[in-house]
Amino acid sequence: MSFFFEVLIGGLLSGVMYSLVALGFVLIYKASGVFNFAQGAMVFFAALTYVGLLEVGLAWWMAIPATLVVMVIVGLLTERFVLRPLVNQPQISLLMATIGLTFFIEGVAQLMWGANVRGLELGVQDEPIAWLMETANINVSRFDLMAALVAAILVTALALFFSRTRIGRALRAVADDHQAALAVGIPLQQIWAIVWGVAGAVALVAGLLWGARNGVQYALTFVALKALPVLILGGFESIPGAIVGGLIIGATEKLAEVYLGPFVGGGIEGWFPYVLALLFLLVRPEGLFGEKIIRRI
Amino acid sequence: MTERQIGDVLLSLDNISLSFGGVKALTDISFDVREHEVRAIIGPNGAGKSSMLNVINGVYRPQQGTITYRGEVRHDMDTYKAAASGIARTFQNIALFRGMSVLDNIMTGRNLKMKAGFLSQAIWLGPAKREEMENRRKVEEVIDFLEIQHIRKTPVGRLPYGLQKRVELARALAAEPSMLLLDEPMAGMNVEEKQDMCRFVLDVNEQYGTTIVLIEHDMGVVMDISDRVVVLDYGKKIGDGRPDEVRANKAVIDAYLGVAH
Repeated sequence: MSFFFEVLIGGLLSGVMYSLVALGFVLIYKASGVFNFAQGAMVFFAALTYVGLLEVGLAWWMAIPATLVVMVIVGLLTERFVLRPLVNQPQISLLMATIGLTFFIEGVAQLMWGANVRGLELGVQDEPIAWLMETANINVSRFDLMAALVAAILVTALALFFSRTRIGRALRAVADDHQAALAVGIPLQQIWAIVWGVAGAVALVAGLLWGARNGVQYALTFVALKALPVLILGGFESIPGAIVGGLIIGATEKLAEVYLGPFVGGGIEGWFPYVLALLFLLVRPEGLFGEKIIRRI
Repeated sequence: MTERQIGDVLLSLDNISLSFGGVKALTDISFDVREHEVRAIIGPNGAGKSSMLNVINGVYRPQQGTITYRGEVRHDMDTYKAAASGIARTFQNIALFRGMSVLDNIMTGRNLKMKAGFLSQAIWLGPAKREEMENRRKVEEVIDFLEIQHIRKTPVGRLPYGLQKRVELARALAAEPSMLLLDEPMAGMNVEEKQDMCRFVLDVNEQYGTTIVLIEHDMGVVMDISDRVVVLDYGKKIGDGRPDEVRANKAVIDAYLGVAH
């Protein structure tokens, strides 16, 4: 039984890491209805910039705010030069633009910092917590737990920000109806700038945690693909949805790997989340927390 | 009850022309709106009424003509600036934020009155919190005024049409506008809902002194509540004056009933 819990907890904690990436997507989608394909590239760029700054000789406590500034600037530039010229264009054009942006960011990142795989050290070891090991015989990684805590704090802060403040409300309003938002005096561009800035900051947190786990390398952009089933489960415009979706995906993929894997020859962790997402689409296309699609006829 | 004092000219439109490509939506239209009055714009479908409202509101910029608001000629107008200068509006096809509650919708109307910065809001500092409370109080006043207390927490998407229209009016009122543009506020309503809406429009006008420009198809309503009426047809002005004058105007009667050939 303790083995089951070990797998479950490990899955839930790695799910939090997926949630972090999904969160970046949700933020942008909520505010501008754009599916930002470049979120994965932004995660990669953030991790690479941080490691690069360390190599140049900056201390970690200087490198983090410096990277944050860089990420916010990347977000703002994207809003200004990619999104704004495409206002009122069809969704597909916006999606294509963010796909283009993905390649651009990846290229620039490697141009600036080179294409070598780098290690990233956050000072928390990926080792079992001794106390839990002794008392319950459950192996829980110290690193995973820290990552989960960071994510929990970030998510709580964002959720409060969106529901309790004027800017949060303005942001939801912009997401619903541009024209009406302008008519009540909400400055559209200021709101978008804030959203892209915040998305850049979230990419930084995700980049640090994923970079520390997998090494800072090009493959980091692919964590974005794992965010897709999370978004389908949780709903594209829900912050709590991104969290719950991440937890479900993390837990089920690990449990499936351990308990179903042996029957089909293993390796199902890679594709199980997508099958789950597919099944979910059939039952509840708007996601667990998505806004229910109400049509009046 | 004291008689409302109709004041000076608040908004003056002179020789406004607006076209989309080859289609002329408005041709050489001039009229003015005085402070504290209820000014109606009427006309058959496609006459250019909504375009007129969109010009006042800064959604469209006319190719010709000048707009003078509070004695100043407006250049480079856009919707945001119009809102900032005290013009609020409702839309013909309700434009509420459907995913949000009634309360949140109306709170967005206070957006321009709230000044707390991004950071102080992010960490929910004292000033940001106090500002939120103060504005919430103002919003509750509007909610009481329009008698929608019972649906405060309901997502607007779930409300019946008539109530959605009322919430949209509430959001506009929350901004404490000096001029309120109403695009067919009573369209699609039943008789009781229309009576309620008439009462609210008149109450707003009397209690807050808000200048009201409205588009409406129901002639009974228009004749009852407006001080002056502009009549448009095919983008041209064919009548302007007090309701009884407009009613007697030959061109207006022809536009509405058709001319015998």
